[in-house]
Amino acid sequence: MEASKVIHAIYNDDDVLMSAVKKVKAAKYHIDEVYTPFPVHGLDKAMGLAPTRIAIAAFLYGLVGLTVATVMMNFIMIEDWPQNIGGKPSFSYLENMPAFVPIMFELTVFFAAHLMVITFYLRSRMWPFKNAENPDPRTTDDHFLMEISVHGNEEALQSLLSETGAVEINLIDKAH
Amino acid sequence: MYTFSNKLKTFSIILMVLGLLGVGYGFMTSHKSLDEVKTMLAEEASHHGGGHGEETAHAVADAHDTHGEVAHGEVTHAEDAHHGDAHAEHVQHQIANRPWSALYVAAFFFMMIGLGVLAFYAVQIASQAGWSPVLFRVMEAITAYVLPGALIVLAIAIASGTIGHYNLFIWMNPEVVAEDALIQGKSGWLNLPMFAVRGLVFIAGWALYRHFARKFSIAQDNAKYNTNFKKSFRIAAAFLVFFIYSESMMSWDWVMSVDPHWFSTLFGWYVFASMFVSGITVIALMSIYLKSKGYLEFVNENHLHDVAKFMFAISIFWTYLWFSQFMLIWYSNIPEEVTYFITRINDYKLPFFGMVALNFVFPLLLLMNADFKRVPWFVVMTGIVILFGHYIDIFNMIMPATVGDRWFIGIPEIGSILLFAGLFIFVVFTALTKAPLLAKGYPLIKESEDFHY
Repeated sequence: MEASKVIHAIYNDDDVLMSAVKKVKAAKYHIDEVYTPFPVHGLDKAMGLAPTRIAIAAFLYGLVGLTVATVMMNFIMIEDWPQNIGGKPSFSYLENMPAFVPIMFELTVFFAAHLMVITFYLRSRMWPFKNAENPDPRTTDDHFLMEISVHGNEEALQSLLSETGAVEINLIDKAH
Repeated sequence: MYTFSNKLKTFSIILMVLGLLGVGYGFMTSHKSLDEVKTMLAEEASHHGGGHGEETAHAVADAHDTHGEVAHGEVTHAEDAHHGDAHAEHVQHQIANRPWSALYVAAFFFMMIGLGVLAFYAVQIASQAGWSPVLFRVMEAITAYVLPGALIVLAIAIASGTIGHYNLFIWMNPEVVAEDALIQGKSGWLNLPMFAVRGLVFIAGWALYRHFARKFSIAQDNAKYNTNFKKSFRIAAAFLVFFIYSESMMSWDWVMSVDPHWFSTLFGWYVFASMFVSGITVIALMSIYLKSKGYLEFVNENHLHDVAKFMFAISIFWTYLWFSQFMLIWYSNIPEEVTYFITRINDYKLPFFGMVALNFVFPLLLLMNADFKRVPWFVVMTGIVILFGHYIDIFNMIMPATVGDRWFIGIPEIGSILLFAGLFIFVVFTALTKAPLLAKGYPLIKESEDFHY
């Protein structure tokens, strides 16, 4: 693999970062990544990131949970061994449904919540013993870092970034 | 400033006139003589065929449960002539109850919208919400209906037991009470003078809060200091304490006591959830209407999104309470409380379960998506479904106790809805013309105008 170069522009204020992102986007550069110590409201919109679909995934997982609960209790309580327990009608699922609703509800929430969290971990590549992908330890404390890859336009990019109020601009050799 | 367009004013007056005609028709056709009722029953029996004997016995057994007319229970099945008479009398009473109940359900439904908005308004002020102040004038206008609306509800309730022949509350009938040990035991609470006094105290409390909240809100518009805001904050907190007690007792008095043999502890909350979600829905519908007419340019889809979130969440809250009440009684199946749901499931299957679809499944699926909550026509569509569902909810609370299986949504019911819808529109939009539509002196108004979700 060829060695590629990236520029790390470091900011110390989220407002400055936001306006820098807008300027860089306006100048038609592609921002590879932005590292921040906390969520910056509106940063995803400014960067033009696609909205998350995790809520849709959670809805579908909830439907799975509801189905699991219904199929499970229908089999156990109605089909497999329809006992008379305290006079509750076990002739059909619908007749005894109020008693099943608490479990149907909880399993819907359980599936929606847990599978959504696991989806989040998978999609954002987070797991125990994973090597941290942090270009600069200060970005977890009080600095903001914007990473832009260089394609022979180093001079123009550096001058643009220094105009945006970056406190530090570093050219990094990124060996793949 | 809002001007009440002549078109809308005429529309509301037409609604009231049509409604009055419908209500009048309902009262005119509900007085049937015993012989007429008997012929009617005989005709119905010929349609039903052989199963009639069983059905009649069943109907009388039901009547015993719901109406507590102990005398009926003693009628043996052998005494056919007497039995037939008692049944016909019972049906005659149910038919006479229908226009009263239709009127009462519609009156309560619109009163409840005003009261729900009043509670929502007080919550917004007491919690110092930053998003809602642009909607305060809309809310204040809707709450103008609380005083006339609640007085009408109380008047119908009392008139049904004084002018009418105990058409809504059988505990008002001294003959019934004399034979009914259960109602006698409750007569310390359920008696007409106390009922009237309690009702007036509740209404006075709500109307006083509404009066002063509105006064301080308008006084704050051009004030230099925040004194009026502070006062309205304090009275909002005090009102919410008063409200939750008075609302709970109001729902025992005005709704639960139509079934004086039945009681439920979470009933007050259940009625509250219904009024809260209907009120919030009306806020949304009113804001969308006024914005489409160009009166609320400071209201944007972010505010709509928040109101729709409340519609969504409180719809689920209502369902939670509906289900909790139903499931606890269904599960334990204690005869004295379960009759309430048995009559509803036997005679009101479609409205009883239909309202769960209207009030839960519809809003759940339609308002779950964040993008849909920002689309006005979508919120309007869901709002109409929610309002209809909560009308059916009140219908299900009152009708089984008064008209039993003689229910129908016909001219008396629709006439009553039109009458009170017209009155509601007239009162609310008249109140809307009395003050500027932006509460500009409210300290959080800037935050609300810039509100962005």
